Amino acid sequence: MSLRDFGPNELMFLLLATRWTILLALIAFAGGGLIGLVVAAIRVAPARPLRWLAAGYIQFFMGTPILIQLFMAYYGASFLGYRPDPWVAAAVTFSLNGGAFFGEIFRGAIEAIPKGQWEAATALGFRFVRTLRLVIIPQAIRLMLPPTVGFMVQIVKTTSIASLIGLTELARAATQVNTVTFQPVLVFGTVSLIYFALCWPLSLYAGYLERRFATGMTRKGETPLVMSAV
Amino acid sequence: MQTALQFGPILVHLDLLLRGLEKTIQLAALSILFGTAIGVLGAVGRSFGPRFLSWPIACYVELIRNTPLLIQLYFVFFSLPLFGFKLSSNTAAVVALSIHLGAYATEILRAGIEAIPEGQIEAAKSLGLSRYRIIRHVVLVPAARAVYPSLSAQFILQIMGTSIVGAIAAEELTAVANNLVMQTFRSFEVYIIIAIIYFVLVQAASLLFAGIGKLMFRWKV
Repeated sequence: MSLRDFGPNELMFLLLATRWTILLALIAFAGGGLIGLVVAAIRVAPARPLRWLAAGYIQFFMGTPILIQLFMAYYGASFLGYRPDPWVAAAVTFSLNGGAFFGEIFRGAIEAIPKGQWEAATALGFRFVRTLRLVIIPQAIRLMLPPTVGFMVQIVKTTSIASLIGLTELARAATQVNTVTFQPVLVFGTVSLIYFALCWPLSLYAGYLERRFATGMTRKGETPLVMSAV
Repeated sequence: MQTALQFGPILVHLDLLLRGLEKTIQLAALSILFGTAIGVLGAVGRSFGPRFLSWPIACYVELIRNTPLLIQLYFVFFSLPLFGFKLSSNTAAVVALSIHLGAYATEILRAGIEAIPEGQIEAAKSLGLSRYRIIRHVVLVPAARAVYPSLSAQFILQIMGTSIVGAIAAEELTAVANNLVMQTFRSFEVYIIIAIIYFVLVQAASLLFAGIGKLMFRWKV
């Protein structure tokens, strides 16, 4: 038997927990975007050892489940002698993980810009960073935009696993409400709708941008990155 | 503060790790099988089925793709028993994972189907091929061939996605890891080992899918 019914209080509790989901997603988006920009730049940099380093970083973060990365950051940090806050662990993990995906998205866009642009910039006496900043990235932005918005949907969904290290965001609030009300259909139905309300507009916008901008950006056989299991 | 990484106390439990890996592979394989089946039905239903079918399929795809897998997992695990379906956590995991992949597979295959030129279907019609044979040979096989890279990328993500079903106490690799942490108190080492296992599994699966793709689409144009 349930202790309580699913009422306005419970709904309010879920809606209030939603702000932590949104905040975590924003942190992950900002952190991941910044790291991704650096990683993408390194991936196309002239120095080969740096390129390998960035490739290894991407391999690790795209080739292992993000949940394991999160556990490593949260429980593994005690190895270094301190107990992190779930927020710190989640922010670090989602930023690093997002950085790998964003890095690949940005690299794809950068590499789609014709070689002649690089050569022209070199002829003008531009060095690497200057070329990237003033010539390549301004042109690549229209190619980056649709998959970037699409990946934001993945970020919002992925924040749900932060509940598994005890961070009280929407998914964890849902299990808490379910425990006291035992009305899983109502509880998880409501929570699904909240997530849907956050994600669907982004999905629609990404689709709109894709139709408007992206034409033949991905090479044959290359798969778009905007999909995720979590 | 611990001074050095010690993998010995964990590698003693190799049998547990292998059993977890086996469960992970099993969950991934079953859900990939069922999920792809749902995807084929969904894509064909949306492109060739009656109108009253295409709307619910579109809703299913959008709903699943815009909500977290974890919530879908909780929904299945906690709700279905109320309707009289007694599920073990492993069965619930397979159901949720299949429904999840089904939505992505539907969308990927539909994109492939829509890329088939209308003229191909008209040509097949004028040759007198039956509706079933047109859908199977003229539409599905070329579409599957075109979207196979995207589909196998999604399968890889599905393998990594199985890691979260430990949240409903299904005994796969991640759940085994958490148990080992409680037994040995060597969290960092445990998760390093688990990460390596997943990494190898993912690389092996990539090779396998590439091989399957080469075999399957070798002779057909």
